[in-house]
Amino acid sequence: MNSVIQTQLMPGVQLTAVHTRKFKSSYFGVAMLVPLEKEHAAQHALLPMVLRRGSADHPDMQSVAAALDDLYGGAVEPLVTKKGETQCIGFTASFLDDAYALAGEDILTPAARLLGELLLHPYTEMGVFSQEYVRGERSNLIDRIRSAMNDKRQYSMLRLGQEMCAYEAFGVSKYGDESRAAAITPESLWERYQTLLSTARIELFYCGSAQPERVQKALMDAFADLPVNEQRLLPDCEIRITAPEQPNVVEESLDVTQGKLAMGFRTGGLSVWDEEYPALMLLNAVFGGTSMSKLFMNVRERLSLCYFASSGLEKMKGLMLVSSGIEFDKYQQARDEILAQLEACRRGEITPDELEGARRIVINSLHTTLDSQSRMADYWLGQAAADLTETPEQLAQRLEQVTAEQIAHVARSVCLDTVYFLKGKEEMG
Amino acid sequence: MTKLEYPRIGETMYHEVLENGLNIFVSPKPDYGKSYAFFATNYGGMDMRFELDGCRHDTPAGVAHFLEHKMFDTKDGNALQDLAANGASPNAFTSNAITGYYFESTEKFEENLRVLLSFVSVPWFTKESVDKEQGIIAQEIRMIEDNPDWRVFMNMMAGLYKNHPVRTSVAGTVESISHITADTLYACHKAFYDPANMVLCVAGNVDAQQVCRIAREILGPQSGLEVKRDYGEEEPACAAQSRVEVNMEVSTPIFQIAYKGDPVPEGPDTLRAQLLGELAMEALAGHSSPLYARLYEQGLVNSEFVCGCELYPGCLFLYAGGESRDPDAVAQLLKEEAEQIARVGIDEELWVRLKKAAYGSRVRALNSFENICVGQAQSFFSGADALTFPEAFDSIQRQDAQRLIADWVTDQRTTISVVRPKEGAK
Repeated sequence: MNSVIQTQLMPGVQLTAVHTRKFKSSYFGVAMLVPLEKEHAAQHALLPMVLRRGSADHPDMQSVAAALDDLYGGAVEPLVTKKGETQCIGFTASFLDDAYALAGEDILTPAARLLGELLLHPYTEMGVFSQEYVRGERSNLIDRIRSAMNDKRQYSMLRLGQEMCAYEAFGVSKYGDESRAAAITPESLWERYQTLLSTARIELFYCGSAQPERVQKALMDAFADLPVNEQRLLPDCEIRITAPEQPNVVEESLDVTQGKLAMGFRTGGLSVWDEEYPALMLLNAVFGGTSMSKLFMNVRERLSLCYFASSGLEKMKGLMLVSSGIEFDKYQQARDEILAQLEACRRGEITPDELEGARRIVINSLHTTLDSQSRMADYWLGQAAADLTETPEQLAQRLEQVTAEQIAHVARSVCLDTVYFLKGKEEMG
Repeated sequence: MTKLEYPRIGETMYHEVLENGLNIFVSPKPDYGKSYAFFATNYGGMDMRFELDGCRHDTPAGVAHFLEHKMFDTKDGNALQDLAANGASPNAFTSNAITGYYFESTEKFEENLRVLLSFVSVPWFTKESVDKEQGIIAQEIRMIEDNPDWRVFMNMMAGLYKNHPVRTSVAGTVESISHITADTLYACHKAFYDPANMVLCVAGNVDAQQVCRIAREILGPQSGLEVKRDYGEEEPACAAQSRVEVNMEVSTPIFQIAYKGDPVPEGPDTLRAQLLGELAMEALAGHSSPLYARLYEQGLVNSEFVCGCELYPGCLFLYAGGESRDPDAVAQLLKEEAEQIARVGIDEELWVRLKKAAYGSRVRALNSFENICVGQAQSFFSGADALTFPEAFDSIQRQDAQRLIADWVTDQRTTISVVRPKEGAK
């Protein structure tokens, strides 16, 4: 029912168009794919926020908001995300589907035009970005970098990533760091912007009721001013195979009432490109990825050691990351139990119920990707970053074949690398 | 069964009332792979005091939420695992006014629906399981107490309301939940989990007749018990406190400003009141308002800034909040803008755009089955029909929003809640 068509609009500029009538909205994604690196991460993150402030034709936020209101309350949000060691920056946008416009007017074409305008024709002053916009958004970006500590669960995972991958690009936060953010000027950002416009790989996404030809034409016209370059390269991702012999343990204290225990594992180099990747997905689901996983059933339900305990994959990077919330004095017990559950997976102690349950959840999640425009956009952006074209349905088919023995096999290559523990201040001796 | 059609927004809804009083709504979505079922009771965190069979109950804060956790226990195990084993993603939530249980699945929908209806309607509590849950929920309470967004919101509610139980945290406190026993849970289940006090909403590639058949089969013929709810003494029109402030581990101050409105009695007007409240706040401080542009350009707010209107039985308030280095300056500018609107009105062009945008956003929100089903249940409990929003929009005039701002955005009705960084924090 969903048909996916991928076309090269120009060298290094790809459009993924999903044609379907089932949504009330049309959804767009515009992303530049750039290497995640300390030096430029903050500049890259700042760029969509400054671009969103205004274009040559809609020079301030109020005129952009008015244009969006006129398109029935369309929404354009800055996109800053990371896929492996690729930083993806740009916009996502959602507009009312043409079918529901009160007077039958065309929304697709002006919506595409507005997106192209925001990305390619920013409001400028003396040939560079507006001083005021850069100052304002720079300060917002710094606030955002600092506010990472507000949500302690996310913060513990961020800190785990930084500690574990201190010497890999993955350790760089998608928003960059505060000192480099503070140093950005309208001139330096402009220069970076020019470089990205002509060198970054660009991914466009559309999902809605319009025929693919109409979408191609609308986006082609909207992005016609992109410079032509045959060398828009896709960023790489470094995969470390081995973990240190003794895991690296990091403890920090903040004034919190609940502790957070985060544990980072290396998958022994297994990643999204491997034939065994579906087995790794199911290992994660059986171990900690669902509400019937070993971590949920044992660490939370049976032993009441924590309020939550779950695991997730960084599929390009070959990492499995565990996140849990615990009482401070349950640290050792919770850590031992989490490792014991992984050990059980390694020994192949996976019941048919556990395996089938995990398989159904992962497969259903892939199927329901097709019922959500934003999830489809994120899926296809991830595939583009990994240079893969497998559809969710195809991946689901591979998952059907995985056996418990294959899961145990991949579990044996998973190795603890870093433990991060966030505890309360009273605990400090 | 009645077929309700909403041609302006391309929606259809089937409605049936069972003999036991349960209302069922089904939204057919044949193009989707997934289906979603939402089974909810008109019972939430604020329903702590009530009268049942002539007997008065004064239950501890947090019972509705505690009950929600314990409902998943069945005589033979746990319904969460039964649903997960079928590949369904089940979950539940408790708000001030309602408790809802739901799942989304792509296969075995009917089997999953049976599980949902039976675990929610059949209570099974033991002393051991209640004791154990106290540990788990105490952890959950500690976790939310560390959450500054939650704190700023709860402090705002406590600042706004003097008596109404909406000022109490839905989860209760570690202390209050320690008084909950299996007997408390049985009494609350009996009082509020009667089909006549509940609603089932389903969206997806499903057969409406079949949904009703399964509900008849699983749910007994309970008759509506008379429950009288007690929300305490009458609530004054002004805010209980003008300011609540605490310090936490946050990087930037976060704030919520609320304006206490007049509650709307149950009925179709609740939907209009909600939309009117939202439009008034959009005109005052929404992302296309002149005030938002000024606040943003002066660096007083960022894109996290949101505003809107909340409505529960017996209470209604307008709010605006987010992060700011100077929350009081934001409050002051909001006040000045409201005075300006009260004097000269809302710009006509802005108003037309805002309504168009609000209509489009509401239509887009119908992409989500959760929005359709939860919205339908909530509006049904408050006596309205969520999908009639285009007609409700038609009935709202610019002067209505102007009057609302003039009447409610006043000093006496205002509370500001702020969470500031701790001294010496980074």
